[in-house]
Amino acid sequence: MTGDVLLTGDTRHKNALMTLEGLTKAYPGVVANDQVSFSLLPGEVHALLGENGAGKSTLVKMIYGLVKPDAGQMTLNDAPFSPVNPAAARASGVAMVFQHFSLFEALSVAENIALGMDNPPSTRELASRIREVSQAYGLPLDPDRIVGDLSAGERQRVEIIRCLLQNPKLLIMDEPTSVLTPQEVEILFKTLRKLTSEGTSILYISHKLEEIRSLCEHATILRHGVVVDTCDPREKSARELAELMVGDKLHVPTREAAEPGAVALSLSGVSMPSPSEFGTDLRNVTLEVRKGEVLGIGGVAGNGQDELLAVMSGEARAREGSITLAGDEIGTLPPGARRARGLLTAPEERLGHSAAPEMSLTENALLTGAVREKLVDRGFLRWNKTEKFARRIIEAFDVRTPGPDNAAGSLSGGNLQKFVIGREVLQDPDVLVVNQPTWGVDAAAAAAIRQSLLDLAQKGAAVIVISQDLDELMEISDRFTALNEGRLARPVPTQGLSVEEIGLMMGGAEGDEVAA
Amino acid sequence: MDLGQINPILLLASLMVAATPILLAAIGEAVVEKSGVLNLGVEGMMITGAVVGFAIGVNTGAPSIGFVAAAFAGAALSMLFGVLVLYLKSNQVATGLGLTLFGLGLSALIGKPFEGIKAPTMAKYEVPLLSDIPALGPILFRHDPMVYVSLIIVALTWYVLARTRAGLILRGVGENHDAAHALGYKVIRVRLMAIAFGGACAGLGGAYISLVRVPQWVEGMTAGAGWIALAIVVFASWRPWRVLLGAYLFGGISVLQLNLQAAGVAIPVEVLAMSPYLITILVLVVISLRGNHGAPGSLGREFHATH
Repeated sequence: MTGDVLLTGDTRHKNALMTLEGLTKAYPGVVANDQVSFSLLPGEVHALLGENGAGKSTLVKMIYGLVKPDAGQMTLNDAPFSPVNPAAARASGVAMVFQHFSLFEALSVAENIALGMDNPPSTRELASRIREVSQAYGLPLDPDRIVGDLSAGERQRVEIIRCLLQNPKLLIMDEPTSVLTPQEVEILFKTLRKLTSEGTSILYISHKLEEIRSLCEHATILRHGVVVDTCDPREKSARELAELMVGDKLHVPTREAAEPGAVALSLSGVSMPSPSEFGTDLRNVTLEVRKGEVLGIGGVAGNGQDELLAVMSGEARAREGSITLAGDEIGTLPPGARRARGLLTAPEERLGHSAAPEMSLTENALLTGAVREKLVDRGFLRWNKTEKFARRIIEAFDVRTPGPDNAAGSLSGGNLQKFVIGREVLQDPDVLVVNQPTWGVDAAAAAAIRQSLLDLAQKGAAVIVISQDLDELMEISDRFTALNEGRLARPVPTQGLSVEEIGLMMGGAEGDEVAA
Repeated sequence: MDLGQINPILLLASLMVAATPILLAAIGEAVVEKSGVLNLGVEGMMITGAVVGFAIGVNTGAPSIGFVAAAFAGAALSMLFGVLVLYLKSNQVATGLGLTLFGLGLSALIGKPFEGIKAPTMAKYEVPLLSDIPALGPILFRHDPMVYVSLIIVALTWYVLARTRAGLILRGVGENHDAAHALGYKVIRVRLMAIAFGGACAGLGGAYISLVRVPQWVEGMTAGAGWIALAIVVFASWRPWRVLLGAYLFGGISVLQLNLQAAGVAIPVEVLAMSPYLITILVLVVISLRGNHGAPGSLGREFHATH
């Protein structure tokens, strides 16, 4: 077995489009990549797997010329390859689609694409080439539209077309599907397969293991900056892949089935104009969540998730009588009063919305725990009690930090997310609403967070999970619904729901059609 | 009260002169803000340009050399701001305010020996043929060269921003500096150049006040023109032609209200004096109410290259 792998390794090396030899990059206090070596074949979709902080991003940045390796060599088509900047990488035929879209919202599609090219043709010629290439790859795009008005899927098309116009030999994709609907993912995969059939290699980074299994032919697995394994993902199960990444058995969240209880929170016909310029207005949102139940709300980002959370948390007020908590009208109450009554929320944006990055964990614990944990006494803060509360969160949720005096911003995303969720869970809410509870969190931490939400529901709380991660919603929710342009589909039981049905709900089809 | 003594042709002609300093400063600041930097030091750069331009103009006897020196002085002062903000990552608002205070103090110091001196006059440039057109000629085509230079700067700014690759990169840097960096553009270099351009324009604007409009050196003579320029940039939605409109509107009403005061109109002087500010802001607010009035996405945000 080992011999086989070595042999394939050698032949791979000989025919490779690109090879990496002993790439090493250290930052103060952490070695991001340590002696990373692998090779990419022409026309291959090569997955790069690893948890957050495993060094995937640093690695692709080195290939794209954004980061200079401390040691090691790369070759491209058997010639040494050491791009000094992204322009040099692009000139050699390496293109990259970024995880957080590197787009300019106020500029047009054509302008965005021109900025990603080194010698763009004239505006008119570029526009016609954009039309041509986008048609050829089944990704229709209007060059004159302003990017700020496009959907997430269309924005990604802009990035991909920007790369394709340069006829890349190697296309690097960093988490390309995290914001796409299943239908959009299908279109993307079709495009990628067409590209590989034309000989382009693709280096593909994703957390979504099922996608990797269906798309990639080869996988390199990174853990703590070191290549720990290579495999053919088509021959492994998603769970096996996850365990290779984590290097440990993966805990799958579970709970015992229970009958849902009385209605805990209900929204009836909530409409609200979005407070932000590029936001989405909520239109006639009606939902009900019962005690002991997990309601999953899917949908592509920017379809009203933030607004829905705001109207439930009390940051935005609703019309009187449209929101009730355990039968009491709360639609016009401010956030503090809602917290006091047992409705807690954890918004999506960790740094700045659900936590204050510059403040310590103790202070952050106080911010939402003040009322329910009685951390304020006649206007004075009870620091000892607050610190104990913070320590309790850190302990119960395995938050890796030197102590509660550390600034929230100094924690890694996964750890801070565990803290933020733990802070609400430990306050014993009657209703907990979370938005994107595991966004950018690695597999082990995500499993822990999901388990805590399930435990909470088990204890009789109602939980609403707003997420773009469909696998997550399928795993933990009892009922599923989706937001589309501020409208909420009719919730349906999660059990037995097919990907097509979910896609239709996310795409805004009527709930009745889905049910039928 | 005698409104008949207001000569509309003279009024319109002096409108352009009154508006030019603000126009110059505002178009420069518009470019700076388009690149994503908020420089509140316009007033300080203007007054420094005013005193340096005046000093050099008086000493050489040539206003044109004074203008060139003023542009360099404004740019030099703006580089101080650029280094502090871009390399040392100081806060843009605080640094900009500091620059204004610094410029006011520095100019008072430099200007002491020049108080009470009259500036060398700048010859009017009469555009051949066109200046002979009745009415239009005196209004549009019999001005000093700086008026035309300022209009050319506006046109060039529009052309570069809207039609050239350099302008596209500048807008990209201002819209999303992280994305621009990821694509390999030199965010700091682009911004430094924009800041220098803004400083040079503000310097020219200041020198226009001390060399043409007044024309002598008085301490603190810019009297808030830099702040008006900043406001015009915002209300003009960062668009060059609207900046021109805003500046001329402000200049026009300033001149008109002075004429009305002189004519003894029965409106309190205080109301007349505040009218340019009020009306300019009102008109530009109404314009920017409809349509996108997008500030550059990275305006005022600190840029940290992550690698």
